[in-house]
Amino acid sequence: MIARSVLAALFALMLGVSPVSAQEKVPVVATFSILADFVKNVGGDRVAVSTLVQPNGDAHVYQPSPADAKTVADAKIVFMNGLGLEGWLDRLIRASGTKGAVVIGTKGIKPQEMKDEDGGHGKEHAREHKLDPHAWQSIANVKIYTANIRDALIAADPGGRKIYEENAADYLKRLTALEKEVKEAVAKIAPAKRRVITTHDAFGYFAKAYGIEFIAPQGVSTETEASAKDVAKIIRQIKAQKIPAVFMENISDPRLMQQIAKETGAKVGGTVYSDSLSDEKGPASTYIDMMRHNIRQFSAALTS
Amino acid sequence: MYDYLISPFIEFEFMRRALVGAFALALGGAPVGVFLMLRRMSLTGDAMAHAILPGAAVGFLFAGLNLFAMTAGGIVAGVTVAVGAGLIARSTGMKEDASLAAFYLVSLALGVLIVSLRGSNIDLLHVLFGTVLALDDATLLLLAAIATISLLALALIWRPLVLECVDPNFLRSVSRSGAPTHLVFLALMVLNLVGGFHALGTLLAVGIMMLPAAAARFWVKELTAMIVLAIVLAILSGYLGLLLSYHSGAAAGPAIILVAGILYAGSVLFGPVGGLKRHFIPVRHLEA
Repeated sequence: MIARSVLAALFALMLGVSPVSAQEKVPVVATFSILADFVKNVGGDRVAVSTLVQPNGDAHVYQPSPADAKTVADAKIVFMNGLGLEGWLDRLIRASGTKGAVVIGTKGIKPQEMKDEDGGHGKEHAREHKLDPHAWQSIANVKIYTANIRDALIAADPGGRKIYEENAADYLKRLTALEKEVKEAVAKIAPAKRRVITTHDAFGYFAKAYGIEFIAPQGVSTETEASAKDVAKIIRQIKAQKIPAVFMENISDPRLMQQIAKETGAKVGGTVYSDSLSDEKGPASTYIDMMRHNIRQFSAALTS
Repeated sequence: MYDYLISPFIEFEFMRRALVGAFALALGGAPVGVFLMLRRMSLTGDAMAHAILPGAAVGFLFAGLNLFAMTAGGIVAGVTVAVGAGLIARSTGMKEDASLAAFYLVSLALGVLIVSLRGSNIDLLHVLFGTVLALDDATLLLLAAIATISLLALALIWRPLVLECVDPNFLRSVSRSGAPTHLVFLALMVLNLVGGFHALGTLLAVGIMMLPAAAARFWVKELTAMIVLAIVLAILSGYLGLLLSYHSGAAAGPAIILVAGILYAGSVLFGPVGGLKRHFIPVRHLEA
């Protein structure tokens, strides 16, 4: 008797106090883990975020599964990065027949061009990916992502306006603190030493925003296999410019980096994350953790 | 000339390592390739290369890009498929090629599935295409060990192996070494494919084995000469392929196999033993 009345009270509580959580959460989809993290931060408990490309996967060359089509079909909003990152998404959206809104996270961000140092094998890719999609590597851009996500969530679920606005404001505050932290860390590195080699030039926005130069041994996209010419060029460059550190990315071949480091005597830095978050237990399970982890790795290798 | 042909290897350690790796692969793989071709098992090599994938993938799943785990897994999977296909062919009405096809397709699918379980599709590309430019000490030692084992084992089973190529029935009538010879030979093939897979990936490993062997067939008739020539052609492919990749910026693994392909095409056209040139421009008969 007591149990039943407690249950009834609980039920009433759920109905009365927060009608939304008694209903279903707003189902939304984000294409990859970093974007999903932004959406989770703005949406909080009111949205259920599904991620298509899982942590440690590569959004450039993802192959959607039928389960993904179902997830997209059920979603009220599909969040994508845009700028040519998700070449596979258009077909998936059409195939799934979803009625949800498609929201581009980078809307309003001033895109940077992919830097294309040689005319060689980067050329055919330059045509496909003219713009650099990795806009999230600049924290200032993430503030724009956050605003876009907030507006899209409000449009799809007007009842949650207040919550979304509060969450977004809170997240923006944390982003500002993070930005300050990153800039302070970079300031401690000697200007001549602010050069890093990494497997994948995903750090274009980071480079521009915070003044660390990134040189990549691979072309503009992880799709190309590095040739002997590329590797030779990078080794010459490291030797000529005395670049202090080599960094591996979590999704590119570590063996190639080790070989380059060994041949040049440059220091091998720890793993940095650029295109995807790590899993729950990893050091970069959220965007803020990822940026913090990366800058710590960079300064550890460059200040020593 | 020196700048083009030699200085890349003087200047860069990774080029020297890649070259040594290619040499080791040529030494072990090309003789095996010649025997595969003579026994009409050329496509078996290709099927086996795919069959190795799930084993390597399981190793990868547990230990990442770990040399030992992927090698052991590849060998286990390769031997399983080779023996399994042979057993089914011998105990049922199915021909060996059909049962091998069934086995390797299943294991290829399994391999891709297992790698994709790990969630990273880039890794799959590395497994499929290998990294001849990033051979570390352990990998080089493995390749060298495989080449040594291959040459020694071939020397040991030379006579029964040659007989099996020429006349398996005769061998059966005079000796019981046919079955063990066949098994050792299959094991050598798997070993060389696993080695090649570290450098060139599962898709291309079989290329450095078969193309030089097939090309050598157009130049000489005698077996020993054919094997030596196959090794030379394979070494040449490795060297020229690396140079091609160095100067043109083409991906290294495919460049090596493409050079081998070009050598093969040249042999088809100009080889004195059954080449097209002989076919269409007949040698004049001696006239009295």
